[in-house]
Amino acid sequence: MLSRLSRRSPFNTSIFRSFATARERDEFRLQEYSQKYLGYRKAVFTEKLEIIDSSKAEAVPIYRVTDGLGNFIDSSQDPKFGKEMSVKIYETMTQLNIMDRILYDSQRQGRISFYMTNFGEEGNHVGSAAALKNSDLVYGQYREVGVLMWRGFPLEQFMHQCYGNSMDIGKGKQMPVHYGSKEHNFVTISSPLTTQLPQAVGSAYAFKRQPNNDRVVCVYFGDGAASEGDAHAAFNFAATLDCPIIFFCRNNGYAISTPTSEQYAGDGIAGKGPGYGLHTIRVDGNDLFAVYNATQEARRVALTNKPVLIEAMTYRLGHHSTSDDSTAYRLDFKKVQTWGDKDHPIERFKTYLVEKNWWDDEKEKAWQKEVRKRVLKAFGDAEKTKLAHFHELFEGVYDQVPELLKRQRDELDNHLKEYGEHYPLDRCLRK
Amino acid sequence: MRPVSVIFGRFLGRCSSLQASRQLATGSTCTIRDALNQALDEEIRRDPNVFLMGEEVAQYDGAYKVSKGLWKKHGDSRIWDTPITEMGFAGIAVGAAFAGLRPVCEFMTFNFSMQAIDQIINSAAKTYYMSAGKVTCPIVFRGPNGAAAGVAAQHSQDFSAWFAHCPGLKVVTPYNAEEAKGLLKASIRDDNPVVFLENEILYGQPFPFSDEAKSEDFVLPIGKAHVERVGKHVTIVTYSRGMEFSLEAAKELASIGVEAEVINLRTLRPFDFETIKKSIMKTNHLVTVETGWPFAGIGAEIIAQVIESEAFDYLDAPPYRVTGVDVPMPYTQTLEAAALPTTAHVVKTVKKSLHIQ
Ligand SMILES: Cc1ncc(C[n+]2csc(CCOP(=O)(O)OP(=O)(O)O)c2C)c(N)n1
Ligand SMILES: [Mg+2]
Repeated sequence: MLSRLSRRSPFNTSIFRSFATARERDEFRLQEYSQKYLGYRKAVFTEKLEIIDSSKAEAVPIYRVTDGLGNFIDSSQDPKFGKEMSVKIYETMTQLNIMDRILYDSQRQGRISFYMTNFGEEGNHVGSAAALKNSDLVYGQYREVGVLMWRGFPLEQFMHQCYGNSMDIGKGKQMPVHYGSKEHNFVTISSPLTTQLPQAVGSAYAFKRQPNNDRVVCVYFGDGAASEGDAHAAFNFAATLDCPIIFFCRNNGYAISTPTSEQYAGDGIAGKGPGYGLHTIRVDGNDLFAVYNATQEARRVALTNKPVLIEAMTYRLGHHSTSDDSTAYRLDFKKVQTWGDKDHPIERFKTYLVEKNWWDDEKEKAWQKEVRKRVLKAFGDAEKTKLAHFHELFEGVYDQVPELLKRQRDELDNHLKEYGEHYPLDRCLRK
Repeated sequence: MRPVSVIFGRFLGRCSSLQASRQLATGSTCTIRDALNQALDEEIRRDPNVFLMGEEVAQYDGAYKVSKGLWKKHGDSRIWDTPITEMGFAGIAVGAAFAGLRPVCEFMTFNFSMQAIDQIINSAAKTYYMSAGKVTCPIVFRGPNGAAAGVAAQHSQDFSAWFAHCPGLKVVTPYNAEEAKGLLKASIRDDNPVVFLENEILYGQPFPFSDEAKSEDFVLPIGKAHVERVGKHVTIVTYSRGMEFSLEAAKELASIGVEAEVINLRTLRPFDFETIKKSIMKTNHLVTVETGWPFAGIGAEIIAQVIESEAFDYLDAPPYRVTGVDVPMPYTQTLEAAALPTTAHVVKTVKKSLHIQ
């Protein structure tokens, strides 16, 4: 082995000497560059001195299916959902919107401590979720509630989680909106940004190793999260490990107060895809049909172990979270209104339903009323549900409670015997 | 329900429980937030090499409004907004410091500094040593640290022990407004990398603020602990938010005739052991107070040093630690409250040390 390597060492020029012409030498090198350095992309020489000016390059186009009024532009692109599916899509989006309004208001009334709305992004959640299989694994960032809702995560569980009560799957250990459900193949939200991206690639790699794999991973992230180093690591690993993964970027124009113009200087997030060797598409994120088609095609490609990057162009209509006041940095409030009025994904989809005669004002009224009632009921029930017993504090740090923690638990019991009146013990479940 | 101090790096006014009840003596006061702001403002004006960088520190005034008004005053070249890349901008701070600038690098919270830990430990802290003293790295890494309210495991923790463990770093943990200002100014002027840990809960709290502290020349020494309250029965050693519980406990203990000496460490590295030793040799009892985890924590280090020193022979009881519970921080209010130390824990532990029933 060693001797073979050394014979090929660059100090041995015998191979080169055997090429007679300059052209033969060029061909040899171009072939080497192409195969070994450039992933089989065709390498060429040029005698023109030109530094690529990225600002002159054409932006990746935005794939769409309907126009701003919700009309189909090219009918071959109509995914032909049928009535049942269309209504389910619409109902999921509106239910999400209504739940957001109620939970947002309840935070303002001080009934829950924190909330994040999904306003204006309902289309990209539900459009992508509908194109995935429910068995596909989803990693979210936090603003992807529509995906979980599409998969049937019950309203009650959303509410229990926001209250952190004893019925919450996480027993109140994680912040509001950090949902997760093994049953729904939705990995629990993690607060530090972008950590979900390399993790998602790891999961996709594990899928790929299974015989006859029929699952992909879809990982969601924001335009801001895309700046973390973890995004680079994830893109590069997915491409070099050939993983069945969809990177779904919700580009909503803002990361808290930072506008995308300060977040990156290139052609958005899609512009990065080809550089990493990712199949890439940019889509109108408020056009549910476009998001659906793009995700469905991305899923097909990803299942052949070619990772795909989707950039969905949308707009964050609400504040970043209930701890944010976006009027401090979105000074042009009219613009926010214009997005809401002129390009709301729910309105765009509704046009379609109404045109098909699958929906009307009466249905709308009844549906709104019913959902409000269901949300409020689930909300009230969650509010009344007791919090977990305080011993829950010591559970789940390890598979078995170690001695040190048992001692601390006893200490806590003793402490509460003495000082219990200072703690809201009546709100906890009894043992 | 309870107020939330910050979620995902967003500030919302919050008073600590103390704030409402405490009647401040006459004379002027200043919040921690304003004290830090003054320090930054003055140091940026004083030295053209100083600049502030971090997520949303410019136009938005910082997630906790610590840099309020500074961008308007000093402009783009001195106050930079960065994209969301902690590892990246910590690296940029390190490189800028290698090249002669003096960056103040804000983490939206120290929870996110974990993404940048390699730049802090392996580059900032060690380059001076590895270059045999040829390359300095004068950076201040600063931001809110410690348990916050209602933000659960990944947003609510104390990193003091993590950073204090690493040689090459200085670690500064101010409690009140004068310390916040005086120590931040000293940190910015220091030629070593400094990790400056502010407390998320205390930002909005007003503290007495002397005329001396208002001066542009007000600087406090790094590495010196401060005896905040003189006593003779027991030594309580603490820092940052632990001061709040310890001072309240000392007051309560005074009512039963126990005079506690409360030592505010102010700096964890370099560590002012002499002040602690002297105190223990007087009081013969030691209780340490911190909000972080017990294992290999600051209290553990203090007690180890005491036991190894001549002060050991002066102890009349085992030294005790008051710490946070050894679990990740849960979200739900009742569980969160049970995970954190309180004034009552300090009182009880002191009584245990003094054999008072
Ligand atoms: C590592 C890390 N740094 C900073 C934060 C604070 N933070 C939370 S959300 C957010 C903005 C993210 O914006 P984007 O990715 O565009 O998502 P969007 O909120 O727009 O959906 C920031 C800076 C964090 N959670 N984690
Ligand atoms: Mg965004």
